[in-house]
Amino acid sequence: MDILLKYLSVFAVGGLLCMIAQILLDKTKLTSARILVLYVVSGVLLTAAGVYEYVVKIGHFGATIPLTGFGYSLCKGVFKAVDMYGFRGIFTGGLADVAAGIITAVFLALAAALFSRPKSKKI
Amino acid sequence: MDHDLNGLTKEKYAAVADRHSAGSNVVKNCALAFVSGGLICIIAQLFYDLITCSAASHIFGEIDEESGKTLTVMFMVFLGVLLTALNVYDEIGRVAGAGTIVPITGFANSITSPAMEYKSEGFILGVGSQMFRVAGPVIVYGTAASVTAGFIYYLIR
Repeated sequence: MDILLKYLSVFAVGGLLCMIAQILLDKTKLTSARILVLYVVSGVLLTAAGVYEYVVKIGHFGATIPLTGFGYSLCKGVFKAVDMYGFRGIFTGGLADVAAGIITAVFLALAAALFSRPKSKKI
Repeated sequence: MDHDLNGLTKEKYAAVADRHSAGSNVVKNCALAFVSGGLICIIAQLFYDLITCSAASHIFGEIDEESGKTLTVMFMVFLGVLLTALNVYDEIGRVAGAGTIVPITGFANSITSPAMEYKSEGFILGVGSQMFRVAGPVIVYGTAASVTAGFIYYLIR
């Protein structure tokens, strides 16, 4: 029962964050790139304000897998680094916590470019 | 009839037409985004729970919480890249909309898709630079926000 509730909240929080983006896509003129930037920056700000920690506590991966979670990691990383290293932590902490995601994506994307070709666009 | 049309400005017409044509679509798109986005997060949670459960520790050894989270993000990025390389991700995205854009798999897709597309323009200015078309702004403004937050935290902590 406990696990069912956990998965339900993962689904609900993750779904909700995607649905908000869909509403922004359909109802405003924002492009998807702008929405992603908005999501990351919102993630940083909400984490700095102490709000997103609660969202993560409820939604688990439903909160950390959407791009707001990327902002959450950026902010958490920079706070952790400031605690550990002081001033220089401001400039080292952010990317440290999201490095795994970025590096994996860049490396695998390069491999994909080498070994795969895009399907010719249907007209 | 004529009277009705007189009261109907271009803007009003657009608003009415919009309400009738896009209204049901918005609801449908939202539902699809909700379900697909939710499912992607469920996959991540499943992966994490599987690799950190006690049964798995016999195979991989003990995986602590932080490593588990990092491995899960890497796995989701891998999924995003793989489905993009197989030309499947965009097909799913056509139905799922924001449900496939917002999760980290969408971030991976936004890097992989132009990397493949711009191969014809070479590996330096094609693949190497174009892969950051969407990820670039995300990293730039995310980093800037984190430095700002970090600086304020440094001053007030």
